Amino acid sequence: MHSAIPKPSPAGKILWAAIALVGAWCLGVVALRRGEPINAIWLVTASMAVFVIGYRFYGQFVARRVLMLDPSRATPAVLRNDGLDYVPTDRWVVFGHHFAAIAGAGPLVGPVLAAQMGYLPGTLWILVGVVFAGAVQDFMILGLSLRRDGRSLGHMLREELGQVPGVIAMVGVLVLMMIVLAVLALVVVKALTHSPWGTFTVAATIPIALLMGVYLRYIRPGRILEVSLVGLVLLLLSIWYGKTVNDTPALAALFDFDAKSLAWLLIGYGFFASVLPGWLLLAPRDYLSTFLKIGTIALLALAIFLAAPTLRMPALTQFVNGTGPVFAGNLFPFLFITIACGAVSGWHSIIASGTTPKLLANEREATMVGYGGMLMEAFVAIMALIAAASLHPGVYFAMNSPGAIVGTTVEQAARTISDWGFMVTPGELTETARNIGESTILGRAGGAPTLAVGMAQLLHGILPGEGMMALWYHYAILFEALFILTTVDAGTRVGRFMIQELAGMAWAPLKKTDSWLGNVVATLICVGLWGYFLYQGAVDPLGGINTLWPLFGIANQMLAAIALMLATVVTVKLKRERYVLVPAVPAAWLVICTLTAGWQKLFDAKVSFTAVVDKYTAALAEGRLLAPAKNADEMQRIIANNRVDMILTGLFMLLVLTMLAFSLRVIVKAWRANRPTAQEEPYVALSSVTP
Amino acid sequence: MIARVWKWAVQTARLCCGVPDYDAYVRHLRAHHPERQVPSYKEFFRERQEARYRGTGGRCC
Repeated sequence: MHSAIPKPSPAGKILWAAIALVGAWCLGVVALRRGEPINAIWLVTASMAVFVIGYRFYGQFVARRVLMLDPSRATPAVLRNDGLDYVPTDRWVVFGHHFAAIAGAGPLVGPVLAAQMGYLPGTLWILVGVVFAGAVQDFMILGLSLRRDGRSLGHMLREELGQVPGVIAMVGVLVLMMIVLAVLALVVVKALTHSPWGTFTVAATIPIALLMGVYLRYIRPGRILEVSLVGLVLLLLSIWYGKTVNDTPALAALFDFDAKSLAWLLIGYGFFASVLPGWLLLAPRDYLSTFLKIGTIALLALAIFLAAPTLRMPALTQFVNGTGPVFAGNLFPFLFITIACGAVSGWHSIIASGTTPKLLANEREATMVGYGGMLMEAFVAIMALIAAASLHPGVYFAMNSPGAIVGTTVEQAARTISDWGFMVTPGELTETARNIGESTILGRAGGAPTLAVGMAQLLHGILPGEGMMALWYHYAILFEALFILTTVDAGTRVGRFMIQELAGMAWAPLKKTDSWLGNVVATLICVGLWGYFLYQGAVDPLGGINTLWPLFGIANQMLAAIALMLATVVTVKLKRERYVLVPAVPAAWLVICTLTAGWQKLFDAKVSFTAVVDKYTAALAEGRLLAPAKNADEMQRIIANNRVDMILTGLFMLLVLTMLAFSLRVIVKAWRANRPTAQEEPYVALSSVTP
Repeated sequence: MIARVWKWAVQTARLCCGVPDYDAYVRHLRAHHPERQVPSYKEFFRERQEARYRGTGGRCC
C-alpha cells in the first residue's frame, strides 16, 4: 500500500546515532548548565541537530505514511503547465522562493519579546513547536494543495468542510491581516520615534524606489538585478548621510517625529502607496526588501558563527511567573502566543497553498520545500533569540519595557531594572544610545531595535571601527522598516481585494477591481481598519506592542489551528485514521493555547483588556487621570480601545470554536463512512504526461 | 559548476520577485502554442509584474 521507509545502512545508523548524541549533549548543556553563562554555539549546534533529525525521521514519516507522497504521480505544475503560474521548477529554486515568501519580520520579533523569560523557554518552544506543529502544518497544507491542482487554503476549506466555514475562515484571515499590518507598522513607529537618522533613511527609500520603478519600466525593462544593486548602493549612501542629518539640528528637526505623527504618516503612506500603480513604488521596494532580507539573514548567521557570543540573559528569569514588563501573562499560554512565526505560523498555510504547489515538479520534493523551509525559518528565529539574549539584560529590559513600568529617564529605568536583579547603570544606557547614534534607547519595544542593537554589537565585535556600530544599527533598522513597509503596502492591496470580494456579495458593482471608486473606497476601509489599531498602539499606555502583539499572536495561531484542523479532517476523510494524531495533536494544542490566552485577555484580573477598562473607568469616576492620558477625553479613548480589543478577542475565540465544531462534525461523518470521501483530483501517472 | 550556481541564484532571485523563467516560457509556447506570438522579455516582465500585485498571493509577516 505505502512505500516503506528505507532501512539505513550500518554507516548511516552510526552517523544518525552520532548526530543524536551531539544534539542531546548540546541540548543538555543549554538546558541544565546554571550559574555560568553559556556560549551561543551550544544552542546553534543543538538546534541544528534537532532540525536534521526532525527532518530525516518525522518529516519523512509524514511524507510516506500520512501524506503518502507518490513520486510517480503527476503534480499540478506538470499537468497544467502554462509556463507562467504552473511551471515545473528545479527544487532548489522552489525552496529558495518558498523560504523567501514565508520568512519575514515575524520570526525576528516574537523570539526577541519572549527573551524576557530567559532564552530557554523560547528555545524549547521553537524546537518542539517547529518539528511537531509548524513544519507539519506547512508541509501538510502543501501536500493537500498538491493533490488539488494547487488550490488555496480558503478553497480547500470550502470543499472539505463546507461553504459556511469557508467564508467564516476568510473573514478571520482578513481580520488577522489587519492586525498583522497594524502591529508591524507599530514596530516601525517604535523604531523611528524621535530618531532623525532612522526616519531619514526610511524616508529616502521612497524616492529611491520611485527611481528604480521608472528605470525598470522605461530605461532597462526587467533588469531586476542591476537596478537592485543601484538601489542598494543608494540605500547605503542614505544610511551614511543619515549621520549628517542627525548631527545637523536644522535637518534633524525635519525628520524628528513623535509616535502619533509617525502613525499618521504611515497611514497616509499606506493609502497612497496602494492606489499607485504597482510597478512604480511597490515592485521595486519588494525586490529591494526581498534581497536585503536574505542578505541580512545570511549576515546574522555569519555574525553569530564568527562572534560566537556568550548568552548574557539567564536561561530562566523570574518573569516566567507572568509579571514581565515586555508582555504580560504566564508562560502558558502566552509564550506560545508570543512566538508564533518561527515555531508555528498560520500565515504560512496561505503561502503553502499559493505559488509553491504550482511549481513543484515532483511530489517527492515537497518534503524538502514544505518541511525543510519551515525548519529554516525556525533557525532564523533561534538566531534572533541569540542576538537578543547576547545583549546586556539591563539594556534589553530598558529597550523593551514600557515607560509606565520602568520610568521615562535613564536614572529611573536603571534603578527599576537593577532592582529586578539585572544590574545596570544609567551611564551604560546612555553609552549604548550614543554608540548607536540615538538620543535614547528607552521605550523601543517591538523587537526590531533590540535585534538591531544585538546585530550591531555582534558585527562591531568582528569589524571594529569608530562610529561603525551606529551604521550597523541603522542598517538593521532600515532593513526591517523597508521590509515591513513593503508588507504594509502589499497587504493593503490584498486586503482591498478581499474587502471588494466580500462587499461584492452585498452590492455587485463594488466587486469590480478595476473601478476607480471601488478601489478608493475599499482601500480607505482597509487602511482605516489597520490604521485604527496602529493609532491605538501609538497612544497605548503600555506602549502598544504589549497590547497588540498578543492579539496578533492569538490571530496567527488561530489560523494555524484552522489549517491543522483542515489537515486532520482530510486525514480522516482519506481513511488514514491511524495517523490522525499527527495533525490533530498540534491542532488541539493551538486551540487550547488560543482559547486560554483569549479567556485570560477577557477575564484575568491582571492581564486582561477588561482589567484596563475597569481601572480607567474607576479612575475616571473619581476624577483622576492615569498616564498617558492627559484629559478625560483621552481616558475615554483608552477605555474604548480596550473595549474594541475585548470584542476582537471574543470574536477570535468564537471563530476557533465554530471551526472546531464544523471540523468535528465532518470528522465524525468521515470516520463512519466505509470509503475515502476526500476531494482529491484523480491520479495521473507522471510517465503518461512527460515524454 | 559556477555557471550552474549563478543560473540557480538568478532564477531564484527572479522567482522571489514573481518573475518565472523566461526561457522556459518561450520553450513552452513554442512546443504547445506555436500559433501564439512569443512576447519579448519586456512584455513578459510587465505582464508578470502586474500579475504579482493583482491581489492574491502574498508574503508572510
